[in-house]
Amino acid sequence: MRPALWADVRAFEQAAEGLEAELRLRIPSDVAFVEEAVDLVARHLEASFIDRSLVRFNLRIALTEALANAIYYGNAQDETKGVAVRVLFGRHAVHLEVTDEGGGFDYRFLPDPTLPEARTLPTGRGLFLIRNLVDEVRFNATGNSICMILRRD
Amino acid sequence: MTFSVRKESNGVVVVAVDGQLIVGNRQELKQRILDALEAGDRKFLVDFSRTGYIDSSGLGVLVSLSKKIRDQGGDLRLAGLNEDLKTLFELTKLDTLFGISDSPGEALTAF
Repeated sequence: MRPALWADVRAFEQAAEGLEAELRLRIPSDVAFVEEAVDLVARHLEASFIDRSLVRFNLRIALTEALANAIYYGNAQDETKGVAVRVLFGRHAVHLEVTDEGGGFDYRFLPDPTLPEARTLPTGRGLFLIRNLVDEVRFNATGNSICMILRRD
Repeated sequence: MTFSVRKESNGVVVVAVDGQLIVGNRQELKQRILDALEAGDRKFLVDFSRTGYIDSSGLGVLVSLSKKIRDQGGDLRLAGLNEDLKTLFELTKLDTLFGISDSPGEALTAF
């Protein structure tokens, strides 16, 4: 049987960032699930976060990139592994955590995809887009978990 | 996401992307255009008038198609990008790699 996407929403309290709710998903290592997962997260956030246009575009792309990286590079499309998504959100802030089951990578050394010699390459833009579309990006020490933060006053 | 493909009287193959062009569906767009290239078509226009967002995989497919089409003496142009999508192409500097027109009609006269 094909593994299904799994989701859970509950109340959450982190007063400092105004984060009020928590959404958790587990996604199989198959890119066919990415669009459905991104839609599910975006629908929850559009009803809550103050800037809907940021959810509609920046957040959807950033989450798509993080999931694709987790599935392709982190889990190497291994069907026995999954991707965990944890979203903490309120009216003024969103924290999107995407964690895979891989060994992580060195996120400090990434070539600039906008250099003339890199522009004609079909790959290498994922993390660059994430960094440019959200306000803050954090990784855990292993490099297998990314946290993308959006804020609007 | 769905694609519609039509051929204009001037020989331009117009592919309209309805929805998202992302990691889960980009191969479909790539294959449709490669099939037309194989069949002898050389002028291609991708119409993004009804497209929500494009991820790096979608951008990568456009880059790779553009190279293949140019290698065959053809041209790939883009049209109908909303402000968000324009920003995406500017951010990645891919606006320097593609011929981009405001509307499909304008793009058709640019080949």
